[in-house]
Amino acid sequence: MSFIEVKQISKTFKVAKKKSGLKESIKSFFKREFIDVKAVEDISFSIDEGEIVGYIGPNGAGKSTTIKILSGILIPDSGKCKIDGMTPWKNRVKYVKKIGVVFGQRSQLWWDIPAEDTFDLLKDIYEIPEEEYQTTKEDLINRLNLQDIINIPVRQLSLGQRMRCEIAASLLHNPKILFLDEPTIGLDAVSKQVVRDFIKKLNKEKKTTVILTSHDMADITSLAKRIILIGKGHVLYDGSLKKLQNKYETEKYVSIKTNDKLTIRKKGIKSKTKTKYGYDLVIDTKEISISELLNAISEKITIEDIEIDHEDIDNIIVKLYKDYKI
Amino acid sequence: MKAYITYFKLKFISSLQYRSAAWAGIATQFFFGFVYIMVYVAFYESGGNNLPMELPQVVTYLWLNQALLALVNQFSRDQELFKLIREGGISYELARPKNLYFMWYFKIIGQRLANVTLRFFPLLVVTSILPYPFHMGGPASILHFLSFIVSLGLGTLLVTALAVFYPIITLITMNEKGIVNLIITIADILSGIVVPIPFFPKFLQIISSFLPFQYISDLPFRLYVGNISLADGVFGMGIQFIWIIIFIILGNILMRKNIKRVTVQGG
Repeated sequence: MSFIEVKQISKTFKVAKKKSGLKESIKSFFKREFIDVKAVEDISFSIDEGEIVGYIGPNGAGKSTTIKILSGILIPDSGKCKIDGMTPWKNRVKYVKKIGVVFGQRSQLWWDIPAEDTFDLLKDIYEIPEEEYQTTKEDLINRLNLQDIINIPVRQLSLGQRMRCEIAASLLHNPKILFLDEPTIGLDAVSKQVVRDFIKKLNKEKKTTVILTSHDMADITSLAKRIILIGKGHVLYDGSLKKLQNKYETEKYVSIKTNDKLTIRKKGIKSKTKTKYGYDLVIDTKEISISELLNAISEKITIEDIEIDHEDIDNIIVKLYKDYKI
Repeated sequence: MKAYITYFKLKFISSLQYRSAAWAGIATQFFFGFVYIMVYVAFYESGGNNLPMELPQVVTYLWLNQALLALVNQFSRDQELFKLIREGGISYELARPKNLYFMWYFKIIGQRLANVTLRFFPLLVVTSILPYPFHMGGPASILHFLSFIVSLGLGTLLVTALAVFYPIITLITMNEKGIVNLIITIADILSGIVVPIPFFPKFLQIISSFLPFQYISDLPFRLYVGNISLADGVFGMGIQFIWIIIFIILGNILMRKNIKRVTVQGG
């Protein structure tokens, strides 16, 4: 049995229906109508210990709901879930000791006091032995570069600084599993990199299982080998990122620097545009391979320089969402 | 247990940062104290008969009420908890390996103790050197004072047990007004914060004695001024204790029920 085993989880929310306008508001004051919104439906997957899984999908797909179910916060309507031998919502208090959660859009740090005070509180909440706490804390401070910010009231920190403290706070008790719900939301490029590098190292050195949601595909590509794609509450794809890339990444962009004039007509070349230094080609690698193309071109002209670029991962995701109609 | 005490400590430290709020609170309490006392002075001077308390007792009762208001009142609610529920921060609360009920209990009691610590002392010092009729008197006896301290402690536990209900109800209603406001208004009147219980009409006194509210602050204050015998005081403390247990049990049951239905707001 896998470390994390999720079977046919469904969760429906009752949402009060309310049309806009005064008349409708008064009407709904006396008689409220509810509609059922299926947040997740029939979700199943399993994850091994030490894996990093990217959990992706458009807004409102059910990502956060799944994370909240897996971390014992919400209770699903039906379905089974065993994580490290426990059902999260049944053994909540015992279970949450083993996990760490970071919700990028919320804060667990106390607003008016320095982050270190919150750390001390968490030490008592998780009943971490003093010695272990000190070593873990020192380690996290060094890795996440918190020396100068840990003693400043949280309300005075920048978002990037705060997020680093949030992540440290979630790891003080050395959890076996880390749930990250949009941990890089709103961060600048440097802070994002710090967070990614840190998570990568953590997974490598401590074998922490990481489940990550993000809309920034760079987060996913740099961290996760495996992704689970979810849309409208259903799992649509579960597998390696590479495979997905190969499937959608059949278009390559080739820029050639040359002084010669190029006339080429071959199946698989989708477009050719003249530029200042030469030509830009878009090719379909299903119909023509790079080497075939190069052979064909080098027969005719002298290539001074060449650059081959592949499709942006963000574009792949857009295509993917379109294909699955989500 | 240690975690709960740390909760209390942090809440205390956080609240200490709002010093100007404390000064404003002290000023308001002086103002209300004077207004209330002048009303009673006028009332007593107009020659009422068979009054249930002597004027100095009433004055001392009213000052105690003002000095300890932050500790024993019903109407101040822990805004942080409501914000957590409304805006979805409750996710983090539920991801902690602790009983949510007691986490909230200690947050609320920490907030109340922090608020009262900043406020009660200046008020007691100033009012105890004021001349008649505004003078705040000492306790009726040492034993009355000791029983005042104990029943005030129990009253604090009781008011907190009541206050935890509000966020628990809000878990479902998603809005801390409505039903919660209704409960608070009734509780405030019946706890003696507006008018001391002995001034209530007889039938209301009887009804009130079967309800928990007068055991929050009316009992300790009346013990201090000596309006209640020590024997009755001990009996009252027994009732306080029973209400605390009942509320904590009910609170835990309701919490368990509501957590199952909880939705996290805002994605």
